[in-house]
Amino acid sequence: MRLPLLITAIACLSVNPLALADEVQVAVAANFTAPMQEIAQAFEQDTGHRVVAAFGSTGQLYAQISHGAPFEVFLAADATTPARIEQDGLAVTGTRFTYATGALVLWSADASLISDGEQLLRSGSFQHLAIANPKTAPYGLAATQVMQRLGLSAALADTLVEGQSIGQTYQFVASGNAELGFVALSQVYRNGEITTGSAWQLPADLYEPIHQDAVLLDKGADNPAAAALLSYLKSERAAAIIRGYGYGH
Amino acid sequence: MSLPLDAADLAAIWLTLKLAALTTVLLLLVGTPLAWWLAHTRSRLKGPIGALVALPLVLPPTVIGFYLLVAMGPNGPLGALTRQLGLGTLAFSFSGLVIGSVCYSMPFVVQPIQNAFEAIGKRPLEVAATLGASPLDRFFTVALPLARPGIITASVLGFAHTLGEFGVVLMIGGNIPERTRVVSVQIFNHVEAMDYASAHWLAGGVLVCSFLILLLLNRRGRPSVMPGTRA
Repeated sequence: MRLPLLITAIACLSVNPLALADEVQVAVAANFTAPMQEIAQAFEQDTGHRVVAAFGSTGQLYAQISHGAPFEVFLAADATTPARIEQDGLAVTGTRFTYATGALVLWSADASLISDGEQLLRSGSFQHLAIANPKTAPYGLAATQVMQRLGLSAALADTLVEGQSIGQTYQFVASGNAELGFVALSQVYRNGEITTGSAWQLPADLYEPIHQDAVLLDKGADNPAAAALLSYLKSERAAAIIRGYGYGH
Repeated sequence: MSLPLDAADLAAIWLTLKLAALTTVLLLLVGTPLAWWLAHTRSRLKGPIGALVALPLVLPPTVIGFYLLVAMGPNGPLGALTRQLGLGTLAFSFSGLVIGSVCYSMPFVVQPIQNAFEAIGKRPLEVAATLGASPLDRFFTVALPLARPGIITASVLGFAHTLGEFGVVLMIGGNIPERTRVVSVQIFNHVEAMDYASAHWLAGGVLVCSFLILLLLNRRGRPSVMPGTRA
């Protein structure tokens, strides 16, 4: 009895043309989760378009996009992946731009653990140091650069635990299973200060700058909401949100 | 193409086999008495304990992994216990994976054994008792041999299910070579890094291996091997 009703309801939901036209599907690097949620809210208020966001490591999202995932906009955690997508012919040429410059931080949920971050790393007096998978997550790659430039790659190798994205890396540290880890500043920073635990904001010369690029994907080429989101990311309101999380903009 | 499997792949395979074997042995040790109790008790706790054992059949592995991660953390109950015992915390360690796998594969071992014990019924045990066999004697010389097919099914399913474990390991493992990077995680790594050739070799291996295990099980003449179904 109820089945026809259900089918009708599902059919109505899935063919509503208004909902489709106003919606933009965006793939977002995990480090940008919190600012994206805030920006999406502001964007929906200001333009009436709806944002549907999926979060993951840049490598994960790249694999999904190159296999036909229905994303229309891609906010990566680096500059190389969007460039590669453009080369693959899956993005609209000339739409790439840097929406944020990320910062890496050594962080612990324990408020008293990190006073001198470099010394702590050198002492090795911890069991687990969490990083993001360097093969798929740009913040993981940056973390390996830091350890390399400090000459600690070999010394720290046995303590490393890998999260599949910077989001999982944060979760390892936040739950205390890893005493400390390299996470994105945006995950632990709001309006000028570290929100919880203790942290060492790494000097910029210890890793390559993390320029995070956005690009319009082919699937969103004809969607006005996708173009609107990209230009909104350049707006002053979005910039203020992005800076609030510790990014350069 | 060079060697299809590199050292990291082989390490992952070895680790997975070790994990599955150890998990199966532990589950047989813990699961057999538990199955016996479930098959014979009239306690009110039978329902809740049975449901608890069956939970991993329906729970997403992420739920198990998430709670294990929280419980194993320094502030969690399990983490507090292991730290007091001087063992440190269990996340990101092989021991942690073993505990996770024991939880995750529990129903696949307990339920076939429980079914086997229930199928034996009371009569053989009562006959043995009248012949003077002690309760322990009855368990080891009557019940266990009669339940052998169920125990074999349980071992094979426990082993195979642990081979296929992914979500729990991903949540509590930390992707550490030779300690927590099992085959399923290694396949995920290959796919993520767009190394599809390596992913194919490993994934194909798991597919063939799992198929053969189930084929072997069915050829032993067990018509119904899935937990939750009564023979």
